[in-house]
Amino acid sequence: MRGKILHAIGLAAIVVFTLFPFVWMVMASFKTQSDILASPPVWFFTPTLQNYVDIFADTKVSGAIVNSLIVATLSTLLSVVLGTPAAFALARYDFRGKSDLWFWFISNRMTSPIVLALPVYLLAMYANLLDTHLVLILIYLTFNIPIVVWIVTDQFKSIPPDLEQAARLDGADQFTIFRKIYLPLGAPGIAVSAIFSFIFSWNELLYALVLTRRNVQTAPVVATSFMSGYELPWGKIMATGTVIVLPVTIFALIVSRHMVRGLTMGATK
Amino acid sequence: MSEAMRAAPTKPNRGYGRWTPLWFLAPAVLTLFLIGIYPTIFALVTSFRRYNITRPREGFPFVGFENYVAVLTDSTFWSSLLLTAKFYVTVLPIQVVLGLIVALLLHKPGMGLLKSLARVTLVVPLATTYAVVGLIGRLIFNRDFGVANQFLSFAGFGPVDWLSTPGGAFAAIVIMDVWQWTPFCALIFLAGLSMVPGEIEEAARLETSSKLALLRHVQLPYLLPGLTAVMILRSADVLKLFDMVFVMTRGGPGSATDLISIYIQRVGFRIFDLGTASAQAILLLIITIVISRLYIRLLYREVQ
Repeated sequence: MRGKILHAIGLAAIVVFTLFPFVWMVMASFKTQSDILASPPVWFFTPTLQNYVDIFADTKVSGAIVNSLIVATLSTLLSVVLGTPAAFALARYDFRGKSDLWFWFISNRMTSPIVLALPVYLLAMYANLLDTHLVLILIYLTFNIPIVVWIVTDQFKSIPPDLEQAARLDGADQFTIFRKIYLPLGAPGIAVSAIFSFIFSWNELLYALVLTRRNVQTAPVVATSFMSGYELPWGKIMATGTVIVLPVTIFALIVSRHMVRGLTMGATK
Repeated sequence: MSEAMRAAPTKPNRGYGRWTPLWFLAPAVLTLFLIGIYPTIFALVTSFRRYNITRPREGFPFVGFENYVAVLTDSTFWSSLLLTAKFYVTVLPIQVVLGLIVALLLHKPGMGLLKSLARVTLVVPLATTYAVVGLIGRLIFNRDFGVANQFLSFAGFGPVDWLSTPGGAFAAIVIMDVWQWTPFCALIFLAGLSMVPGEIEEAARLETSSKLALLRHVQLPYLLPGLTAVMILRSADVLKLFDMVFVMTRGGPGSATDLISIYIQRVGFRIFDLGTASAQAILLLIITIVISRLYIRLLYREVQ
């Protein structure tokens, strides 16, 4: 009995510890400035929607969310289009240099964005691509393609080879096999990898900070930019934070079973 | 590579030509080459030049290893690497211990509904935009109206000036990192625990009532691969860590939270000394490649 109570307390503690910062942000987004600045902090207050009204009236915030949507969606689509054929090759063929290719994909997961941010900044500057959606979409492929390739390869490997054999007897070529058998049967894995790509692109700050100016600022950049000056608009900041985090949290809950696989590139199953 | 070749005995009819894999791989590989490798080579070249874009009139002459010598004799570079190491050895044990406790609680039979709820909530910190974690940190650790100081006062302690004292700022980024990444460790350990064959665990439970003995003799072997993964991945993540710390402290006060990625970003994009920053980035890349090699060597042996 005592064990059960301790178990329940422990589990409840996990929920509280995990959700508290998130809930505290959401609460602050419904507070007036004076409630937020109250010392000691207030836990019970009359909620206001004013902060949300303010940020959606602010074209800077709504524009940034649109930018984030454009960049994350297009980068995700591109990485699926480019990554799934590569996953097919890795799942079905043996060829020289296969393990080197793996190594390269994994290294991409490990590398600090600052390593690429410096040269890409210069290259984009010379190519007049600074502050465009394109440069962000392309640079996000450096982490999106590896994640798609990894997860989809795994999924493709689980497709029974008999299906392919049968199709081959019917005279199907490799591209037809890829399109007619692997793409439809691999769809769940492709969806999971797409969601991960979207989450990673949506959350990215460093590249966006360095490679954009006024026009293409993404949501995290704008949220961060509120953080300068003396009288910080805390309510607006927290409302913006909530609006940024909410969609990716929902996506993450959808793929929660695959979370570890997505974050480790599958080293632990 | 040798394994891949051994695994490919020449089958009578493979149904595809020698170059078929290439057609499927080419789009992804070419793209990654263009956006990943080419800029890296560009950074390598830049690292051998004097390259300050605020002074274009001086041109960008090649200076040999001058930048590397400057970086390797720069005490700030070393102290920020050291600080990154200190951050790693501070957060890792906390995350491993807390993560293990969480995993054991989630693995224990019973409490179905509450357990599912706890399991699902673990995903929330992992998905939270890193920059927003920093914003939340700024709110929670505010000296005047932060809730962290309220908790301290409940416990009978006086207020702490978290973000403007070196020790406080370091503690604050440690706490936010522990919040965000403990679930990651917990989920990995949970996966390890669920690999223990049910019969063995049950037999052991009948044999001994000591939870510690069970952990040490039955569960530990299944937890070790996960622990290795956590140690390596977290080290790479700490070297990458930028967003949360940048938003919370910008590396300050002074250089109290000046982790390596923050420092290189400042040299490159505040001082605009891109030659030096590129040399630093290349050194960081070399460290990362060593870590990745280690990761593959230790964890991907069976996969391929």
